[in-house]
Amino acid sequence: MVKVLAIDHEKCTSCRLCELVCSERHGGAYRPARSHIRVAIYPEDAVYLPMMCMQCDDAPCIPVCPSGALVRDTQTNAVLVLEERCVGCRMCALACPFGAINYWDNKARKCDLCGGDPECIRFCTPQALRYEAVERFSHSARQAYADRLRDSLKEVTA
Amino acid sequence: MHAYAGKTLRVDLGRQHVHEEPLDTDAAQAFIGGRGLATKMIYDEVNPKVDPLGGANKLILATGPLTGTSAVCGSRFMAVTKGALTGAIACSNCGGNFGPELKFAGYDMIVLEGAAKKPVVIVIDDDQVEIRPAGKLWGKNVHETEDTLHEQLGGDFKCVSIGPAGEKLVRFANIMSDKNRAAGRSGVGAVMGSKKVKAIAVRGSGGVSAADPKAFRAACLDSLEKLKAGEVTGGGLPKFGTAVLVNVINEHGLFPTRNFQQGQFEAAEQISGETIAEKILVRNRSCMACPIGCGRVTAVKDGKYAGFGEGPEYETIWALGADCGVSDLAAATKANYICNELGFDTITAGGTIACAMELYEMGLITAKQVGCKLNFGNGAALVDLVTKIGYRRGFGDVLAEGGARVAQKFGRPDLFMGVKKQEFAAYDARGAFGMGLQYATSNRGACHVRGYMIAPEILGNPVKMDPLTVKGKAEMNIAFQNTVAALDSSGTCLFVTFSIGAPELAAMLKTATGFNYTVDKLLLAGERIWNLERMFNLQAGFTGKHDTLPKRMLREPMPAGPAKGKTVPLSKMLPEYYRLRGWDAQGRPTKQKLAALGLS
Repeated sequence: MVKVLAIDHEKCTSCRLCELVCSERHGGAYRPARSHIRVAIYPEDAVYLPMMCMQCDDAPCIPVCPSGALVRDTQTNAVLVLEERCVGCRMCALACPFGAINYWDNKARKCDLCGGDPECIRFCTPQALRYEAVERFSHSARQAYADRLRDSLKEVTA
Repeated sequence: MHAYAGKTLRVDLGRQHVHEEPLDTDAAQAFIGGRGLATKMIYDEVNPKVDPLGGANKLILATGPLTGTSAVCGSRFMAVTKGALTGAIACSNCGGNFGPELKFAGYDMIVLEGAAKKPVVIVIDDDQVEIRPAGKLWGKNVHETEDTLHEQLGGDFKCVSIGPAGEKLVRFANIMSDKNRAAGRSGVGAVMGSKKVKAIAVRGSGGVSAADPKAFRAACLDSLEKLKAGEVTGGGLPKFGTAVLVNVINEHGLFPTRNFQQGQFEAAEQISGETIAEKILVRNRSCMACPIGCGRVTAVKDGKYAGFGEGPEYETIWALGADCGVSDLAAATKANYICNELGFDTITAGGTIACAMELYEMGLITAKQVGCKLNFGNGAALVDLVTKIGYRRGFGDVLAEGGARVAQKFGRPDLFMGVKKQEFAAYDARGAFGMGLQYATSNRGACHVRGYMIAPEILGNPVKMDPLTVKGKAEMNIAFQNTVAALDSSGTCLFVTFSIGAPELAAMLKTATGFNYTVDKLLLAGERIWNLERMFNLQAGFTGKHDTLPKRMLREPMPAGPAKGKTVPLSKMLPEYYRLRGWDAQGRPTKQKLAALGLS
């Protein structure tokens, strides 16, 4: 069953453990500057937004690649960079609307869903990040919204 | 080099010169890092008799080996110096994002030496270090300072700064980070102000690695799962923040009220964690790598105390609430916001104002001197006075010296509620005797986080102890003090100890550093650190006579509640404490003890 990475930013506490463990998993050091997930923190608005590759179904990064280095993983649905084909032109980064494609050591770098076992999910205590079946994807958001609506209705009737 | 960045940055402010030196790995093994290693450097390099606000004092901001890793709550740095409030060794712990960023930039610690002639800002962008004129930043509050630095340098710089309180040498000024995180006790911010360092901004692109990545990951996950499952770390703290304790401590009758005249506050409900969550909580905020998220982003939406910020946490809502007899959550929260913005310690601020309130009610301080009435419960006076303290204006200039000096000035030194010139935290020791021993023996003056005896005495963690007996208190205190000294040196947060202990900490440290830490070695390092702090204080002029409590704790029985009629039987605990520490009857470490710890 194909899973997707779902972000529930309202649960995020801005602890950035995701950044730490992502960078360690992919590069062997806790190094947020080289994490594929970054939390945008707006303290004055009390808003924390985990930003990462959305693994778009119609991914703009794939067709712009001149060397065919970006491919779809049929198992996980992740968009992968094939390092041996990547020429380091950064066209994929230009095409990505989310700024989710990184570049270092002369190659494009991005989230690969850790081969189907995302490390960020493992460490995300408030469950702002979840890896869940496509069929469940909108369910949790819908349920969370319904819960909030229920609470406000309770306030009105109380 | 694993876990450590491997370099120390020395900043000579007088000569405006910076240089790097390699980490002393032998010292790192013996003292772990953070609090321990920085204390060793202060002990070796600073005459304990120096004026804490003079150029001969040094200020070290030190991370630990777990700072900037995935270890639970691995975000901490310690500010270590001779304290401006106490004249004792000071080490003040701070979370947020600065500590990890410093390591990503390649430094375990920054040593500030001498004093600048004109205010400066230190900018660290990986290995590019610059000392710049502070210019118009001097005079700005903490929030304005960080905003300006982010505008000038970029939003990804992490900052520590002082506010007007640090600039004006308020004796209990903080070093603030991420705007509302604080290295908040003993006046480390006044020391930074005396060196004319307004702020340090750092950005790092590097990383921190573990010696045994697989085993370290497993150790981190083990601790993470324990924190998630823990009643306090996975339940109470995330849900209600530290102020979850208000109702608990009040029910046990040791919630200090009106300068410790009572042990229960009739309006506790109005300032409890539950009420904070209901009325002003916007959302939780974590320090880096923290799965707990006790930070409270709050807003007072309307009225004369409207504002937005972080807090109050437990100690703060007690100090600015019950201790001043203030039941108005909005007023106490506003006072908290002002303390954060102007950069000083909410505990000592509240304790000092409470002391002044008692002196006022006794007629020893007049409304004319203060500029307004200063009766207990006066929230408007509280808000007014914290502003004046931050700028040392009017009567705030008197209060900026802290409660010990205020009580002395107005002729009743016994009404200062603290030890070694530092105010108590939010626990009346007449309701928890072990906490009394802890206050009396803490190396940085009265303090709840050197050895949190409330955990066993009130919360039953890790074992339940009767709070109103002396049995086993000396032994437990020593175990706590040593463990926490090791923990503070590792770079993680005291709050993890609600769910994990020395075995988990040793497992993380061993796999991160590659040093062969065991539980015994870790506790020995903690003991070594504690004794070195003690040696610094003894050489600074402290003696066993300073290991005491105010008369109110020792001779005035608690008037009501579960601890009714109790005083702290300190004299029954202190000799045992000295003996178990391997100290002589005057509280001096013996030669044998120092030799056993490798300190002779």
